[in-house]
Order: sequence, then structure tokens, then C-alpha cells
Amino acid sequence: MEARLRAVLPDHDLVRLYEQMVLSREFEESCAEQYAKGHITGFLHLYSGQEAVAAGATAALHKDDYILSAYREHAQALVRGAEPKRVMSELFGKATGMCKGKGGSMHLFSAELNFMGGYAIVGGQLPIACGLAFSSRYRQEDRITACFFGDGAVNQGTFHESLNWARLWELPVLFICENNFYGIGTEVHRSSALPTVHKRTCGYDIPSEKVDGMDVLAVFKAVKYAAEKVRESGRPYFIEALTYRFRGHSMADPAKYRSAAEHEVWKARDPIPNYARRLLAEGIATEAQLAAIRDRCVALVAEAVSFAEASPWPAADEVWEDIYV
Amino acid sequence: MSEMTYRDALNLALREELRRDPSVVVWGEDVALYEGSFKVTRGLLAEFGEERIRDTPISENTIVGVAIGAAMGGLRPVAELMTVNFALLAMDQIVNHMAKIRSMFGGQASLPLVVRMPGGGGSQLAAQHSQSLESYFMHCPGIRVAYPATPADAKGLLKTAIRDPNPVIFLEHELLYNSKGEVPDDPEFTVPFGRAGILRAGTDVTIVAYARMAVLALQAAEALEKEAGISCEVVDLRTLNPLDAETFVASARKTGRAVVVEECWRSAGLGGDLAHRIHEACFDSLRAPVRRVAGLDVPMPYSRELEKLCIPQVESIAVAVRDVMTASV
Repeated sequence: MEARLRAVLPDHDLVRLYEQMVLSREFEESCAEQYAKGHITGFLHLYSGQEAVAAGATAALHKDDYILSAYREHAQALVRGAEPKRVMSELFGKATGMCKGKGGSMHLFSAELNFMGGYAIVGGQLPIACGLAFSSRYRQEDRITACFFGDGAVNQGTFHESLNWARLWELPVLFICENNFYGIGTEVHRSSALPTVHKRTCGYDIPSEKVDGMDVLAVFKAVKYAAEKVRESGRPYFIEALTYRFRGHSMADPAKYRSAAEHEVWKARDPIPNYARRLLAEGIATEAQLAAIRDRCVALVAEAVSFAEASPWPAADEVWEDIYV
Repeated sequence: MSEMTYRDALNLALREELRRDPSVVVWGEDVALYEGSFKVTRGLLAEFGEERIRDTPISENTIVGVAIGAAMGGLRPVAELMTVNFALLAMDQIVNHMAKIRSMFGGQASLPLVVRMPGGGGSQLAAQHSQSLESYFMHCPGIRVAYPATPADAKGLLKTAIRDPNPVIFLEHELLYNSKGEVPDDPEFTVPFGRAGILRAGTDVTIVAYARMAVLALQAAEALEKEAGISCEVVDLRTLNPLDAETFVASARKTGRAVVVEECWRSAGLGGDLAHRIHEACFDSLRAPVRRVAGLDVPMPYSRELEKLCIPQVESIAVAVRDVMTASV
């Protein structure tokens, strides 16, 4: 049975979660269009379907907490507070992008927002998250590190090395595995001897739980609890969020390895309309208010595209900048 | 000045920087309680305690990755990899992460960290423990690479590496740990990156080398002076990135002849790059093509008699110098 929303958060915050998910979805769908037009090039991995994880988890963290993610990270950056226009501009490869057009889709970063980067080597961000957590503890900061990664990362050496390390050194890291069941086209049971990812942490004495990653409130509650545990104990915690990407792995992937029936089952669990229904049912927002939010997000994304289009390319001498201090 | 070994000079550099800056931390396999497999970290745990001097699991990729994260978070980690051979397990964090983070995030992060590791062959440790991988690191933009030849440089370059705002691969030669030399006592003594040293001035031929190869080149130069009256100028690179091409190119222009010595494999080895820089910059001044002395292109054999064929020796450097003296363009 679903918890009553109002028992978890005040109305304003509940509506905000909706807005963040809608913004993420609109942004991603706009990216697909811009990719088709040739404005966004290179790799593009879209997050549509997984919005409840980024929105719910980020809302449960403090602003000082560090966040790291993989290469499907536009939504994580947006819900953390990145300006849509600076993210879009980065994807266009323009000088006004949040990384000056040098990172692109897979390498968003904002020191100001404590968003410590999108990383494109599967599992590469886990040791870095441990290091950030060590620095916080060493400097006696009230700060934890949340590290997102996909189910594809759990068979990398860095996954096992980092879980062992985080527990051994007692580091305040919250590991969040977004299990969307596929590493590109390989389903998790075809790559993992134990496909129930969160159970793997018993080998490292790290408490873990799984959560419905299509339910933004469930993610929020689980991450809130876990983050408090990490903050109090100074030790790692592990969350597996079960979710689904509605699109292929990247724009190059038509996702033919998944059946239409499976896709339909998950589409019916789309986190955005389901959450909208709950907001309406509890009288937290009206149809008109939700429509206004959608319009606002659409406008914000359109503005981001215009900004990116109008932005200049990086100057040629930028090619030698930002390599060494 | 005090006479001390290369090992003790490194130890002193770590000690001084740990005292000077509380954000310096040291970790690696067996560096704390065991005091380092080559004893470079001797006494550090006792002086600085467990939060700053830490043993790690045998997880090389993560040793580097955790240091990267800690550097992003404002610390100055000095991570030790037990040998350069094990750095191959950490190449993902070194090449894909450490070297890229500043650039791919548009200059928003800096990584003031050092990854120390002993390298080189000559101790009959066979194929998996005798490699010279300096060209691998030099090939990759985004990281600094230092490789000292003398105890004074070991101290001065390591201190510079720790204070540098960029990620540094700091190579130490296993056969130099016991070598002795005069080392400045001043805790503010440092050796800048990107400035090659002239170990010996000369007029007939320039020998460009680094680390143990520079030590052997110096011995060869002394023998050649005595035996054949050949005057060699020996240039020690000190750092491979930044590379002080200006100094060795100027020397080669002056002498008109050059020999480049590297311990790594000849194929795609750094010596090819150095030789090319000389050819390109002062072709008209050269009286002979630049000669290379390099490691043999084979996995290192264990047997003493075979191993010595694979690593440049004083004699092979001397042969190359005599050769370049008689050759002409």
C-alpha cells in the first residue's frame, strides 16, 4: 500500500519533486530531438523512465553532500540545481556549457553544487567517491558522499574494491545502484551470478536495501533513512533502486533486446503520471497547477535550446587550457 | 648538506611535507606498519599516526581512485604503488580519471596528488617485476612525470611533486635506493619541474638520460674521457613531463652529436621522441645521426646473464658514444 504523501513531506516539496521529474523528462526528450537535428553529437544516454531515482534521492541529501554519477547523469545534475541552459549548452559543445564544452553529455560537473562529476568508465566513480568521503571525514566536515552507478558497474573490480574499502576505512558513502536491468543489451541475470544486487553487500558487511525506483516518495524515504544512517555512523550504506529506462542505452540503440510486453509493463509504472495521480488524489495539486508546471518546464527547456544555439563555440586557444594548473 | 641515500632523501621529503602541511596524507600497500616494501615510509606511522599514514588493501586501481577523490576534496594524498608493474592495474584511474578530470570538467577541479612507485629492472625479478614503463606515463597528457637520478633530486623533486597542484607520477628507481649523495638540509629546498640538470659539462657529444640511466651515462662519460679523451656532456631530464627539451637541444646543437639513453623498450620508447626533437630542432648542427641506447624489446628474462643484455649498461652507452663520434651525416 502506498504511503500517504503528506505524511512524508510538506505540499510544496511534494510538488517540487513532480516539477523536477517533469523537467528531467522534458529535457531528455528535447535532447533526443536535438540529437536527431545534429545539434547534439557524440554519445547521448537518456534518463527517461528513471526520474524518480534522481529526484527522490537528491531531495533527501543535504546541499553540502557530494554527488557523483555515471554517464546517464543529466537529470542528476538538473535536480541538483544545474541550470538547464548550461547543461544543454554543454551538450551542444558550446563555450557557455557547464564544463566549457569540454566534457559533453557524459561529464557534467559543478564544484559550486557539489556535483562531483559524471564518469564514463563503468564503475570508475566508486573509488573517487570513497576518496571524497575520506577527505570529508579527515577535515571533520558534516558531509556524506552519494555515489550513483548502474547495474552494469557491479561486476567491475572497482565496485568490490570500493565497497571493501569504504567499510574498512569507515567512510561516509551512500552507494546508490540504479538497477534498470540492462547493461547496454545484456540483462542483469546474464551478467551477474547473483542478480539481486543489494544482497552482494553482505560480503563487505554493508547494510543494504532495495527500493522501488519508479516511486519517487519511496526513493526519497529510503535515501533519507540511509543518508541519516551514514551521517550518524560514518559508515557506508547501499541502496538498490529498481527502475527502467524507456529508451535504449544510447541514441544508437533501438533496444530490440527487450520485448514490447516488458516495455508496456514498465510504461504503466511511469513515475511521472503515477505520481501526478497521487498528488491529485490527495488534493495536493490541481490539474491546472500540474499543467502549469509542465508548461513551465517545456518553456525552460525551449529556452535552454535557444541559449545553446545562440552560444559561441569555444575559441581555438581553449584547446590548451584547463589541462594543467 | 648531509650525505644520505636516495631512500632516506625520499623519506625526508615525505616527513618534511607531512610536518609542513596537515593536508598531506600517505597511503599504499604496506606503507604504515610494515614501513614500505622498500622502506621509503620508515618511521612515518610512528610520527604522524594512523589517520595520515594508512595501509591499504591490495587494490591498486582503487588506491589511486581514492587518492583522486581525496585530492578533489582538498587533501594532498601521496599514494604509493608497490612497484610500477602494479600500476598497470591502476591504469584506468591514472589515465582515464587522474589525467582527464581537470580537462573534462572544464578546469573546475584540480588534483594535487602524487602517485609514487619504484620502477626499473636489474635485480633479477623476472618479467613481471622488472619493467620500465615511463614512456606509458609520458605519453599521456594531464599528468606530470618525475624520475630522479640523485638523492638531492629525489628529495627536491618529491617535495615539488607534493606541492604541485597537478597530479604527478613519481617514479623511483629500485637500484638507486641505496645510492648516496649530498642532500641539502633546508626544508624549503625544492627542485623545480621541467628543468633538466647538466650532470657533467662536455664538448664532443651530448648524452641525454634520466634516473639510473643518467647515473650510468655519467660513469660512461668518465671512462670515455679517461680512455679515449672524448668529452661528454650528460643531461639528466629529471622530469619527463614537463620535458625540458630546450636544455638537451641546446647541448646537442653545441656538441653536434647526441646519444639518447632509455631503460624502457626501444619500440615506441621515449628515446625516439627525444631523438626526433633533436633532429628536428638542430639538424643542421648535427655531425651524425642521434643514436639510441634502449632496453631490448623482450619480456625480461630471469637469468643474470640474459637480464644484463636487456638493460643498457655503462659499456653499451660507451659503445654508442664511440659510434656517434666516428659516424657522420
